[in-house]
Amino acid sequence: MTEIQSHEELRSSLDHCVKCTICETVCPVSNVTPLFPGPKYAGPQAERFRVHGQPPEESSVDYCSGCGLCTMSCPQGVKIAELNAHARYAVKQRKGVSLRDRLITRPTVLGRLGTPVAPLANAIVRFRPARVLGERLLGVHRDAPVPPFAGRTFRAWARRHQGPSNGTKVVYFHGCGTEYYEPDVGEKVVAVLEHNGYRVEIPKQDCCGLPLQSSGLFDDARKYVLRLARALAPHARDGTLIVGNATSCTLMLKREAREILGLEHDPDLEIVSRQTYDICELLLELHERGDLRTDFQPVEEVVAYHAPCQQQGHWIGKPALELLSLVPGLDVRELDARCCGIAGTYGLKREKYQIAMDAGADLFDQVARSGAELVACDSETCRWQIEHGTHRRSVHPIELLHQAYRL
Amino acid sequence: MTASLTYDAIVLGAGVAGLTAGTRLAEDGARVCVLAKGVGSTHLAPGTIDVLGYEPARVDEPGAVLPGFVAAHPEHPYALIGVDAIAPALKWFATRIERGPQPGYRYMGGLERNHLLPTAVGAVRPSALVPETMAAGEIASPAPVCVVGARVLRDFHASLCAANLLRAGVEARAVELELDVGRPEANALGLARRFDAPAFRAAFAARLLPLLRSGERVALPAIVGLSDPHGAWSDLEHRLGRPVFEIPTLPPSAPGIRVYNAVRAALRAAGGRLVLGAEVLGAERDGDRINAVRAHSSGHDTVYGARWFVLATGGFASGAIELGSDWQARETVLGLPLRGMPATGEQRFTADYFGPQPMSTVGVAVDSSLLAQGTENVFVAGAALPGAVPWREGSGEGIALASGNFVAQAVQEREGAAATA
Repeated sequence: MTEIQSHEELRSSLDHCVKCTICETVCPVSNVTPLFPGPKYAGPQAERFRVHGQPPEESSVDYCSGCGLCTMSCPQGVKIAELNAHARYAVKQRKGVSLRDRLITRPTVLGRLGTPVAPLANAIVRFRPARVLGERLLGVHRDAPVPPFAGRTFRAWARRHQGPSNGTKVVYFHGCGTEYYEPDVGEKVVAVLEHNGYRVEIPKQDCCGLPLQSSGLFDDARKYVLRLARALAPHARDGTLIVGNATSCTLMLKREAREILGLEHDPDLEIVSRQTYDICELLLELHERGDLRTDFQPVEEVVAYHAPCQQQGHWIGKPALELLSLVPGLDVRELDARCCGIAGTYGLKREKYQIAMDAGADLFDQVARSGAELVACDSETCRWQIEHGTHRRSVHPIELLHQAYRL
Repeated sequence: MTASLTYDAIVLGAGVAGLTAGTRLAEDGARVCVLAKGVGSTHLAPGTIDVLGYEPARVDEPGAVLPGFVAAHPEHPYALIGVDAIAPALKWFATRIERGPQPGYRYMGGLERNHLLPTAVGAVRPSALVPETMAAGEIASPAPVCVVGARVLRDFHASLCAANLLRAGVEARAVELELDVGRPEANALGLARRFDAPAFRAAFAARLLPLLRSGERVALPAIVGLSDPHGAWSDLEHRLGRPVFEIPTLPPSAPGIRVYNAVRAALRAAGGRLVLGAEVLGAERDGDRINAVRAHSSGHDTVYGARWFVLATGGFASGAIELGSDWQARETVLGLPLRGMPATGEQRFTADYFGPQPMSTVGVAVDSSLLAQGTENVFVAGAALPGAVPWREGSGEGIALASGNFVAQAVQEREGAAATA
């Protein structure tokens, strides 16, 4: 599928737009800054004036965070976020991509560099003058919630881990957040899956390319996501499900890479996208069939739950809510704020940090008013942003199930 | 297809009818999931609850006129639902607003008398139940009106509104205020958020007060608060020392979004689920029974099984009913038979756009209990119902609320009967 073909396919959804502005009402960015006119203007409206190959003059579309809430709420089925992603790519092609956007969009490169020197790297991340310099030289905002390296990788643990030799095989797509920053979350995912009778296989894998795609580096993003698809496709073809806990990365495999990077007809990515499941989605379906182990011990905790934009982009509702309601003693309070503002690497950038904080202000306020000291959220960059914005701990829903199982 | 998720009832569509049916079912104890391709029409609608505005003459007392109207229109949803089911549905809605996320915000009125309120172009519109923030706009009230506009809100023209109100016999004039919102133009939603902030209101009231004449009531575009409309409105009335009322604007509609937020909160409070983006692609039928629907989700589809289904996907405007190039209309989600279509070869449209159109009453064929024809477990609610012309009758929200409540009750009765059988 050439780039033009995929763009034409997105453009064909343009004519379904009836200008109702519903997408404008849900956009977390255009509601807090005049720099981004809004999904309707930047998307279906401006797209009519864009001829393919002739990049747009205006660059306001660079402020779109790619959260996808506009596409989700559009009653006419217009591919708004995807059209904006293509427009952003065209702007980047003309104006070029900064060194910053080439670096912070490669988490596996940063991970390999930072992990061996984690204490030093983390000290620099906390050292104020270094962050001021980093902002000036690299353009990463001094207050941005840059996560500390774990100093060890999840795969190192996985190599030593001896799981059960029988049970239904499932492939775990852990993602970069788990690999370099939150290996303990990965360990809990494996423990919960094994507790429910799965045999977890963790093939060699790299980044899914989502950060590169968000910053308009489509060619590099294609390399990463296709390499990942090659690694996972053999398992997918033998009927094995691919499970991930990072809802942004599983959405990239499920839909975004195929729609935005024009890879609709790549055979490997097609089978992988069908077999990819979010961990909570998988466990809820297990529960529906009566196969989920519900030997949950009480967890006396008040927890606020925020569904990240890209979890909602799976269009499967909020399975985490159903699972958490099975845990005795757990008082779950669903927040209805739209977005924490971070959108992966978006909120790390100097010129977008304050927009991200303003976009997340409603969520931070709801957390404060919820009476919960703990916030459950499916996506790691959102957890780091929520911790940054509310000074409360944020965990993946799986961690609460793991605690309830007393594994 | 094996159902990946099962519920007692699945509702298709997240407009007023779908959210109402889903919330009532959840409140009655059913496990409910509302599936919707996207957000419903609430974000576009003025936020008033229109039960019966024209028949075709303008209606002042809907309660008195409805029995005659229903007798004259036996196919109308109100005829099938029963006139006496309408008032409880309005009551149900009003209490969900009052218990909702907007503290103190409430609706006023009922079937006794329609409010006659000005529109953005200064015309007059009858509505049975209206937000408290609009009630002071009553056309019959003698107090003169000062219509306040702002250049930054290009969707509202105060002078046009005032001029037409004058022609309708209401003493009205227009005032334009500079609103600094840090951007060249703003829509009603952005401004409604600003009016949630006391400081913004204080500055606005201070600039407006000296321009007002004694005895004037103030008409504003519907931008008086989004999450705290009651607080914003009563604060403005206090600061300006006179009645203030909102006039609905072009979309995005702040009053409409307040309705969505309130009923969505009631659905959540009752344990009901909502999945946006889940366009239903097909259904698994077993004779007259639908066992499951297949909804589009990222990567692979999701199959939802249930005992009961409510089709609340709307009419032509939402694309739920489509007229093809073969001049045949079809219901696009479950492929259910329609009623009200002119016979093959007969005219589909007349030249007079606002005149009676041959296809205006097309809807999903239902029996007297709103069960879709040819099914034993699919109910129909809202604009998908045949026999009504909501935009001409001013009956859209009335039908949505009454039919939403009606089908929820019908499911409960059948569930109760099945349980005791």
